Amino acid sequence: MTTRIDTRFAELKKQGRSAFVTFIMAGDPDLATSLEIIKTLPHAGADIIEIGMPFTDPMADGPSIQAAGLRALKAGTTLKKTLDLVRAFRKDDTATPLVLMGYYNPIFIYGVDAFLADAKSAGVDGLIIVDLPPEEDDELCLPAMRAGLNFIRLATPTTDDKRLPAVLANTSGFVYYVSITGITGAASADSSKVAAAVARIKRHTKLPVCVGFGIRTPDQARATASAANGAVVGTALVDVLRDSLDAEGRATSGTVNAVADMVRSLAQGVRAAPQAAE
Amino acid sequence: MSSPLPNSFRSGPDERGHFGTFGGRFVAETLMPLILDLEAAYKAAKADPSFAAEMKGYLRDYVGRPSPLYFAERLTEHLGGAKIYFKREELNHTGSHKVNNVLGQIMVARRMGKKRIIAETGAGQHGVATATLCARFGLECIVYMGAVDVARQQPNVIRMEMLGAKVVPVQSGSRTLKDAMNDALRDWVTNVENTFYCIGTIAGPHPYPAMVRDFQSIIGEETRVQMQEAEGRLPDSLFACIGGGSNAMGLFHPFLDDPSVEIFGVEAAGHGLTQLHAASIAGGRAGVLHGNRTYLLMDHDGQIQDAHSISAGLDYPGIGPEHAWLHETGRVTYLSATDDEALEAFQLLSRLEGIIPALETAHAIAKVMQLAPKRPRDHLMVVNLSGRGDKDIPQVGDILKGRQK
Repeated sequence: MTTRIDTRFAELKKQGRSAFVTFIMAGDPDLATSLEIIKTLPHAGADIIEIGMPFTDPMADGPSIQAAGLRALKAGTTLKKTLDLVRAFRKDDTATPLVLMGYYNPIFIYGVDAFLADAKSAGVDGLIIVDLPPEEDDELCLPAMRAGLNFIRLATPTTDDKRLPAVLANTSGFVYYVSITGITGAASADSSKVAAAVARIKRHTKLPVCVGFGIRTPDQARATASAANGAVVGTALVDVLRDSLDAEGRATSGTVNAVADMVRSLAQGVRAAPQAAE
Repeated sequence: MSSPLPNSFRSGPDERGHFGTFGGRFVAETLMPLILDLEAAYKAAKADPSFAAEMKGYLRDYVGRPSPLYFAERLTEHLGGAKIYFKREELNHTGSHKVNNVLGQIMVARRMGKKRIIAETGAGQHGVATATLCARFGLECIVYMGAVDVARQQPNVIRMEMLGAKVVPVQSGSRTLKDAMNDALRDWVTNVENTFYCIGTIAGPHPYPAMVRDFQSIIGEETRVQMQEAEGRLPDSLFACIGGGSNAMGLFHPFLDDPSVEIFGVEAAGHGLTQLHAASIAGGRAGVLHGNRTYLLMDHDGQIQDAHSISAGLDYPGIGPEHAWLHETGRVTYLSATDDEALEAFQLLSRLEGIIPALETAHAIAKVMQLAPKRPRDHLMVVNLSGRGDKDIPQVGDILKGRQK
């Protein structure tokens, strides 16, 4: 099976550059604004879009993304409405890969089979589910593969060589390397360590490796993009979005542009990077 | 339940940490290697006679075990039915059953060479036990506690700080036990190399539910022997309160394969099951949180709902996965007691037996008050007196004063 994710990485390889992967929480600060933001992301330079599925108890996220999730839930976001958001985006954009990222419980409650069918038909390409390690592949990873969705796995500094094959076995689309042991929004790793880690993962897989956690500036984005096949930015965008809200946490006329401007400047960083060696 | 009943209720979990469909290892990849290390370290400890010998020594001389099995004569007379015994876990060092588990986990942490211990706490009983053993063994101790609980359980906060622990008030979410566990997990993800997470109940990713149960099972094992000595036979029924469910599982587990023993767990019904409560079996359904699949309080979208209980230790929207399984198999009956019922039991026990119970424990007493009168006088009933109520005196005092006005 070839997904939009595979196609996008093949295109980028031809162009000789790494991917810029952006994360935005569905429904933050409300569904209409987040649809507008997501629609502008590809024009501002995002190559792949991760859409957060809000959850009350995001145990691997720092304060920024926790707060984004709570804003989204307060605005009435549900998993069903997140899929509606994807469907609305797909009306105008059939090329940009969309990855849903979050925690397992809302999917489990939605029903795994129903969720996979609805996600696929809405236009989702891949899933990143933080609390499903390979030990729980029967739950969602294997059914997702059968449904034609990429299951993108996180690899971390604690994933040693002995464990990597198990982590990579059912991974598809790309590998998301979390460059630090920590929660989202924490400090970034230094780029020499990142390059070594990416090289280590690449000894075990032909999949593209994208690196995230702690990237906030165009320089950091460039450094990461030059060490990997893609740079993932989440917290920095969520923070810019938050700073654009009014005192009641509502979107303002500047919200969409604030995020788009940040994406543009980070995308320049990514595009300035020499492509990582294969 | 469509699947047949097991030959034994005591053989779980399987090697992937499942009790029926419950349990498992739903954690971030960062933690997974450490959880596998912990599983191996615990297995090795269990197989090492020197580990058991060391535990035995500390349990006797430091914790003060065995805890007595006490005939509650005046409560029995007052209720006029079953003969009621208390398993006196509140007499343990630190004032609750929590120390049994913490001692075991700290011994495992020492074997793994971990020097930094983190814990979550609700009522503060687990935090106090962890702070105590960290002081005893010279380990750094950080306790995550919801800001709401910090306010309502001040005596335990002061105790933990006196023992040298750092208490971190958690401001996220509902600022109670669930959020303390989230922040403890976030700390663990960040400091995974040097840190041991000492979980206070029989929840979390495998092997925690099984490991904590094993360390708490001494409660039921002693009860079997003591009841044999006192009455020459097994008890007829067991009662314990349930937040996550560690004191209950500790008492229940050694009796699960004795069909003559009726077993009752008591959840916190808060303001009542149709209002705010913390009874995840009575009012919840199966979901995934904090590393395991179990019964949870949540909305139609799978978002976790805030629990409510007068007792900080029961104020959690989930329950240990083994309890979820024992519920589905029907082996254990799960009841619930409201805030008001627990308050009444708290006062009755204080006046009749001279024992001020923890508000958590008072939930179990509340159901004993209802069911003991319906049982014959030769019915032997055991209640786990899981904790003492010193920590609750200011809170209960304020509530009762408010009612007099």
